[in-house]
Amino acid sequence: MAKVKKHNVLIDMTAMSDVTVLLLTFFMLTSTFLPLEPVRVTAPASILEFKVPEYNVINILVDLQGKVFVSIDRPEVRMKALEKMSDEYGVTLNDRQKKAFLEQPFIGVPMNRLPAFLDLPLREQDEAMRQYGIPSDSTNNQFINWVRTAREIDSEIKITIKADQETPYPLIETVMKNLVKIKANRYSLITVLRGAPEGF
Amino acid sequence: MANIDTGGGKAQKGKPKKITLRVDFTPMVDMNMLLITFFMLVTTLSKPQVMEIAMPSDQKVEENQAPKVKESKAITLLLGGEDKVYYYPGKLDESAYSDYTVLKETTYSSNTSNEGLRSILLERNENAVNRMRELKLERAEKGNKMPEEEFRERSKDIKGDMNALTVIIKPMSTSNYKNLVDALDEMQICSVGKYAIVDVTDGDRFLVENYKTKGAYGAAHLAPRNQ
Repeated sequence: MAKVKKHNVLIDMTAMSDVTVLLLTFFMLTSTFLPLEPVRVTAPASILEFKVPEYNVINILVDLQGKVFVSIDRPEVRMKALEKMSDEYGVTLNDRQKKAFLEQPFIGVPMNRLPAFLDLPLREQDEAMRQYGIPSDSTNNQFINWVRTAREIDSEIKITIKADQETPYPLIETVMKNLVKIKANRYSLITVLRGAPEGF
Repeated sequence: MANIDTGGGKAQKGKPKKITLRVDFTPMVDMNMLLITFFMLVTTLSKPQVMEIAMPSDQKVEENQAPKVKESKAITLLLGGEDKVYYYPGKLDESAYSDYTVLKETTYSSNTSNEGLRSILLERNENAVNRMRELKLERAEKGNKMPEEEFRERSKDIKGDMNALTVIIKPMSTSNYKNLVDALDEMQICSVGKYAIVDVTDGDRFLVENYKTKGAYGAAHLAPRNQ
């Protein structure tokens, strides 16, 4: 029997490693992480494949109890909205609190509690926010004022609503009715993708 | 290359011996690949989808400007609790309140062979569904070369046809957000172009209560005035 010659094959992996590192850098730089949401929300599934708008968005987050949180992605719009809102509600914020406001992606406390809330360290803010949410009842509708103010600053801004799939409809209805009141009739509901049925 | 030569060409006296350092990069590549996979998945899969909706404005519309809908081509869905849907075709008149059978019950079942919501909508909207299917087939035959605008324009024509189905969605207070999104989703699947989310009326609540109690509620309570 012929003895199989033992080959010692050494493949140089350096080039491969170069390529992977390049790719890795690309993906790391292009990936955008979702902002940490104050409440955990499971969006319902839908077959639609429209991607969520990436820029110039007001995201309205509604949790199971109907608490409303708002995030405005562009910092300049958020800052202007804060200035207008604090004028309207007579709340004064110092520079440090304004800076803290920009760092926190979500708005989720009533205006009168905002200064005290922004003095908290960032890590404790989420916990505190979960207890409040923006008031959206008819007597004190700060939620709609936030959205209206943001739309006044930039009329092109898009509105998305993200709500938990188990949220009772009346809670969603209040949010939708509020939006209709300020003539924001077009908006998007955030859903997760599920496969479309065959043949449709 | 991943080897480092130390020392010069010939081994000279007093100079260190030539050592070739070979670093194996395979584990490094493995790790990189894993990280790449992670980032790829995170960036593409975490992207949520959106469903565009346009709500009717709260302004009153003039009687002659209100969109006209063929009664025979309208269906009203009442989204109830426990994932149930009640529906009735067309418009109901006064006599409907005494008869609990006008309302029919179904589920969000996507199974087209049973009496789920999808089979009901598909059956009633057969014409538009078939035309949409043909349009999609035509697009597929052209190798997806049909411009997006043309496709959108033509599907709008099909869905906005006079004889296409009109669906009125009335989510009741017992329903949840998922029910609403499921119902809206069904509109997309069944090629329904004309649909609206409308408030539930007292009459609708009466009908559902009456249906649930098989007419007992209707016998005990006064029918609401025509809205």
